Amino acid sequence: MTLAAVLVLAAGTYAFRLAGPLLRDRLTLSERVKLLMSTSATVLLFALVATSSLTKGQGFAGLALPLGVLVGGVAAWRKAPFVVVVVLAAATTAGLRFVGVP
Amino acid sequence: MRSTWRTLDAELLRDVAAVAAGAAVSGASFGAISTGAGLPWWLPVVMSLLVFAGGSQFMAVGVVAAGGSPAAAVLAGLLLNVRHLPFGLAVGDVLGKGLVQRLVGSHLLIDETTAFALAQSDPRKAKAAYWSCGVALFLAWNVAVVAGALVGRNIGDPAAFGLDAAFPAALLALLLPALKDRATRHAALLGAAIALATTPLLPAGVPVLVALGGLLVTARQGEKA
Repeated sequence: MTLAAVLVLAAGTYAFRLAGPLLRDRLTLSERVKLLMSTSATVLLFALVATSSLTKGQGFAGLALPLGVLVGGVAAWRKAPFVVVVVLAAATTAGLRFVGVP
Repeated sequence: MRSTWRTLDAELLRDVAAVAAGAAVSGASFGAISTGAGLPWWLPVVMSLLVFAGGSQFMAVGVVAAGGSPAAAVLAGLLLNVRHLPFGLAVGDVLGKGLVQRLVGSHLLIDETTAFALAQSDPRKAKAAYWSCGVALFLAWNVAVVAGALVGRNIGDPAAFGLDAAFPAALLALLLPALKDRATRHAALLGAAIALATTPLLPAGVPVLVALGGLLVTARQGEKA
């Protein structure tokens, strides 16, 4: 990794970030398109949840990780406080790994 | 801006603090892994300040550590960060109107700030959530990276503490209100299935983007309605 590579990655990433807010200024979007935009963000983030719970690299992440996320998800669904959700997920995964679940 | 901070409530700050704590541990491990891979201590620090996207930072350092070229590392990192463009289209309004707010706020556009903003129904609360989450994570992440880079390899493996489960669980909790909507839920489930199915075949970052194919469901339901 070189400083030049870091700068190129930073500039590209910032361009992706700035493009959305600037494009929104230029375009007058109908309510339907605005709704579609927020749905796409939800779809992207949910796909991120799925891939970061179930996969590691290009393979399966093992059971401990998705089970921890599942326990956190059920807690959130049952209206547990956010902090409890996060701690439960981490504790479940850590506990499963401690007893040898991959 | 002052009114933005006044709309912050204790519950929101607690939620933000939980996510920031997770980011700090992840940042410390990023700093440690980078110096462990032979980088000078300041390089991961500069990278964290300027790139501020954890996934792409781990990816870029990992590619180089595995013997890849810096160009390959940049490409892999950029591929992971393309998703910030649609994020900005979705929540770009909550940054604020001024140019400075736009320029600074864009740098804070990450998974967590997007999810926090989407989880609020009131636009003023969404703005407060976006900025408080962004500032807190920026500080927590960067301070932790410095600490991790200086302390180095002695930091334990965050996976042993289950911290890799904290990030997806937090995102999931923030997404639940939006997933109550039937069309959104169907689109998200189909999108996740597409992302999972393509993960073994496509380079990292691309599966999450092709998840947008899940939107075909909502498009078709919109036509029927």
